[in-house]
Amino acid sequence: MGYPHKAHRKETTVLSKYFGDPEARSYKGWVKRGGYEAWRQALTLAPAAITDLVKESGLRGRGGAGFPTGLKWSFMPKEKKKPHYLCVNADESEPGTFKDREIMRWTPHALLEGTAIAMRAIQAEVGYIYIRGEFTEPYAIMGQALAEANAARAFGDLKIHLHRGAGAYICGEETALMNSIEGKRGNPRIKPPFPAAFGVFGMPTTINNVETLAAVPPILTNGPAWYKKLSLSNPKSTGTKLFSVCGHVQKPGNYELTMGFPLKDLLYELCGGMRPGRTLKACIPGGSSVPILDRAETEACLLDYEGAVERGTMLGSGGVIVFDDSADMVYQIMRLARFYAHESCAQCTQCREGTAWTTKILERILAGQGKATDLDLLLDLSDNMTGKTICVLSDSCAAPVVSGIKKFRGEFEDYIAGRRRPVMVA
Amino acid sequence: MSVSAHPTHDAGTEPYQPVFTGKVLEELQALLGRYPTKQGALLPALWLVQQQRGWISDRNMTEVAAVLGLTPAYVKGVVTFYTMYHQHPVGQNFVQVCTTSPCNICGAEDVVRALLQATGAKELGATSPDGKWTVIEVECLGACGFATPVLINDDFLESVSPEKVPELVQRYR
Repeated sequence: MGYPHKAHRKETTVLSKYFGDPEARSYKGWVKRGGYEAWRQALTLAPAAITDLVKESGLRGRGGAGFPTGLKWSFMPKEKKKPHYLCVNADESEPGTFKDREIMRWTPHALLEGTAIAMRAIQAEVGYIYIRGEFTEPYAIMGQALAEANAARAFGDLKIHLHRGAGAYICGEETALMNSIEGKRGNPRIKPPFPAAFGVFGMPTTINNVETLAAVPPILTNGPAWYKKLSLSNPKSTGTKLFSVCGHVQKPGNYELTMGFPLKDLLYELCGGMRPGRTLKACIPGGSSVPILDRAETEACLLDYEGAVERGTMLGSGGVIVFDDSADMVYQIMRLARFYAHESCAQCTQCREGTAWTTKILERILAGQGKATDLDLLLDLSDNMTGKTICVLSDSCAAPVVSGIKKFRGEFEDYIAGRRRPVMVA
Repeated sequence: MSVSAHPTHDAGTEPYQPVFTGKVLEELQALLGRYPTKQGALLPALWLVQQQRGWISDRNMTEVAAVLGLTPAYVKGVVTFYTMYHQHPVGQNFVQVCTTSPCNICGAEDVVRALLQATGAKELGATSPDGKWTVIEVECLGACGFATPVLINDDFLESVSPEKVPELVQRYR
């Protein structure tokens, strides 16, 4: 199965096996497809044993940071003195990323099952699934699935709740997400203290991404060795990953690939390449927060954590944004900067001012009023925005700007020198 | 930046009709059981208000504050943080169009123009003279492979193109 396309023969369908199959959404349908087998298995294991299995599998966080999941779980206090919580990050808002939406829409029980297993592993009795406010359909489907699972008393004493966001990209940052659940503005918190010590409502908490948790049930049923073997390049990147491909390709959509798959094959083969008569110009492989690749870098990039770093970018969330030769990189980078300026929580000066000024300067360049010194000014601003704030939103705004100027400097200079007609009004 | 055509004041001369009575109050009470603090129910409580009233007025915020043991100023601080809470009335059909880069390169701005024209809303954030439509641009709706996604009220529509807009608007009229 697949959605919106049938799975390509080069895909490895573990998470996406039932995408497009509406029957898999119901509790009965999920059980019929072998669902909740892993949960039953988890109930026979001690919490630490579940964590060990996940550690052994090599599973790393699929939200963007790629932190080893089992290791994260092991940070939770072994001896339980306070309530423990699990927060599921379903605030998918990273431009270019739309994989968690598909998991929740087609296989809501895969997420619920993974959530329950993780809760057992970290000894949490309450779990919150934080779904972004705009995801009306996934929210309804998850609600229905949760009601059916609860009616079947699938999770025993564990309580899983859905929590609806209300429009804020920053709530995908784990500490902002916890504040939002607490009924506060979604401002990220200074770390330490880390969530495993002082998380939601001040209690030990683990935050995991939707795709990460959906990968846990198959790891339990098939064993960590099976998962570890799913690796085409670097043994530190294991399993399958959903890549959301969007922009200028013939067949955008979600593709599930074994880690280490060549980006070139994903774009030219699985996605059907560029539109007729167009050529690839640039690609952002991990959601808008990671550096942009030019054509040569894109064609040489392997899709795993290390492969992306080797090309000077990051695997991030696996949101692959493709630009062909018709794209105006200056305008698109301005749009990305505007996104971050809009989404900045405005706590840190470097971010609040930096994202706004970056946008203004880019708009001025696009309006034909750029100055010769503007590119250096943008790079200087970006430098002040990197590694200096509470969270990485500010760094994320700098990434496309710095890499964009480095790789497509000529396009910026054309606007500044008046060789290109302004596309914005000052 | 979108500018609202609506006044935000709602001093109101009529007596205030509380939101949290009867069934809505029961819903809120069920929500309170999900969180260890009353404040935890703030976001869902605000959603309840918006579902009931279409927007969240200053007086609604004062009521929410009283119910959850917070101050009105605190509640307002939270309301203003989240873009989906309306602080003024909006058109009967509230339309959100994604125009962030991935949708942008697939023609999202043309979809916005088509919607502003077909609905008669004319200006981003303004409401059409018949009170039926408000159109806004939003940042990433998280459905980039289905450019251009459009959210009309609670209906999430995929792959909207300018050509599809007139028929779409007709459906909601």
